[in-house]
Amino acid sequence: MLEQFQYRAAMAIWMIGRIIEPIIYLTVWTTVAHARGGSVGAYSPADFAAYYIVLMLVNQFTFSWIMHIYDFRIRQGELSNFLLKPIHPIHADIAENIAYKVMTAVIIFPTAILLFFLFEPNLAFHIQTFAVFLLALGLAFFMRFFIEWPLALVAFWTTRNEAINQMYFTLGLFLSGRIAPIDLLPGAIQTLADALPFRWAIAFPVELMLGRLSQEQIWNGFTMQAIWLLAGFLLIQLTWRSGVKKYSAVGS
Amino acid sequence: MYYLKLIWTFFRIGVLNEMAYRVNFYVQLLQSLLSLGTAIAGLAIVFSHTDTLGGWRAVDILALLGVFMFVGGVIGMVINPSMSQLMDDVLRGLFDYTLIKPCDAQFLASISQIRLWRITDILLGAGVLIAALIYRGLDIGPREALAFAFVLCTGGSIIYSFWLMLATLTFWFLRIENILHIFQSMYEAGRWPIGIYPHWLRYILTFLVPVAFAITVPAEALSGRLTPESLITSGLLCVFLVVFSRWFWKRGLKNYSGASA
Repeated sequence: MLEQFQYRAAMAIWMIGRIIEPIIYLTVWTTVAHARGGSVGAYSPADFAAYYIVLMLVNQFTFSWIMHIYDFRIRQGELSNFLLKPIHPIHADIAENIAYKVMTAVIIFPTAILLFFLFEPNLAFHIQTFAVFLLALGLAFFMRFFIEWPLALVAFWTTRNEAINQMYFTLGLFLSGRIAPIDLLPGAIQTLADALPFRWAIAFPVELMLGRLSQEQIWNGFTMQAIWLLAGFLLIQLTWRSGVKKYSAVGS
Repeated sequence: MYYLKLIWTFFRIGVLNEMAYRVNFYVQLLQSLLSLGTAIAGLAIVFSHTDTLGGWRAVDILALLGVFMFVGGVIGMVINPSMSQLMDDVLRGLFDYTLIKPCDAQFLASISQIRLWRITDILLGAGVLIAALIYRGLDIGPREALAFAFVLCTGGSIIYSFWLMLATLTFWFLRIENILHIFQSMYEAGRWPIGIYPHWLRYILTFLVPVAFAITVPAEALSGRLTPESLITSGLLCVFLVVFSRWFWKRGLKNYSGASA
């Protein structure tokens, strides 16, 4: 935590992108809704506002920067320090990430409240929905972490990850519901979104919070989250073991 | 003439530097194509639900996207790397070496770094722009073309002056490279016409971070919706910012004491 506190200004500045993007697409879709006489699909402007404000929060609380730093860590040999410690390095990464999220909460919540007044979203608050939402959010956090961590480890083999990262983020932009709510995407892309993890990490908690999902869809969402969580966990075991063997050959 | 020769020299050095890493060209090309594909897919999704967005047809937004990529490419090729270099030099005291050269320091600092491979963005942007115009049946006359060229130049100068002022702040506050990131984030908003945003955001994007003049206004000129007021405002703001940033730069220089001395 103290580590994060040293870079307060930088921290706030790096968040701007994650705040601006939902505002951009919120505006675009609101404009479209007005042009069509009130709504797109099942979304009115107020629904879009609720969707994107919650999405901003979910994205902020679940994202990780692990894919950006791992190729650097491995190339510079910084990873050796982590290997000396008796615990798996993912613990330190998760702790650091949570510390950052706690710190940045003081920025993201006021921002969300401000947007609440500026865009007047249609958001009803039910305590049960909120409790289930928190569970989905927590699972989404670990799910994203467990998937992005082994992807970051691909750097053991490539040492430069930019191309893979770029692909991953582009896919995520469409399939996690950031460009548009999944319902508004063409059918084929929706099928793809169902099969990949992105949707379950972001769009699912958001739609859950907005009360747009049926009982069945909620169960389905939690099942998908559990499957991807498990898959990510196994991937970590696999990549970490074989990756470290490879690293010791390069590092020393 | 002397300045042109210098620009050419720096350009040649940039080419030589980048030629050492030719694979990077393909990486950059891949990234440019990917971001173009993303942008077009995003447009396709939006326009599958509507015909116009704030009065802009899909093809007009495509032209806007061309301008967005083109200007972004120019920023990424020359302005951003040079200004980052300047900040770094000031921080480490290397800026002394720029000052002792027998040439205007602002000029030298502005072209010191050229990332040649970002030219893929410039070319793709121009390509998209031309494709959009051809699709519209080349319906622009010489007046529109002239207005476009004019506001693109003034818009570019506004962006440059703005960056120069940000970079000049480095003479007072050493560590501010993160500020450039604010601009980068705000620039993303420029891929849609500024007119669709709520008032407060439009105001920010026009005067606080002048993205509007660099992207929306030139695209407006191409689709014949440019008002004389925007044209004149763009021209006046350009003159004002160029002069003001120059003055600001001189003030900053006076404040520079050299880290090494």
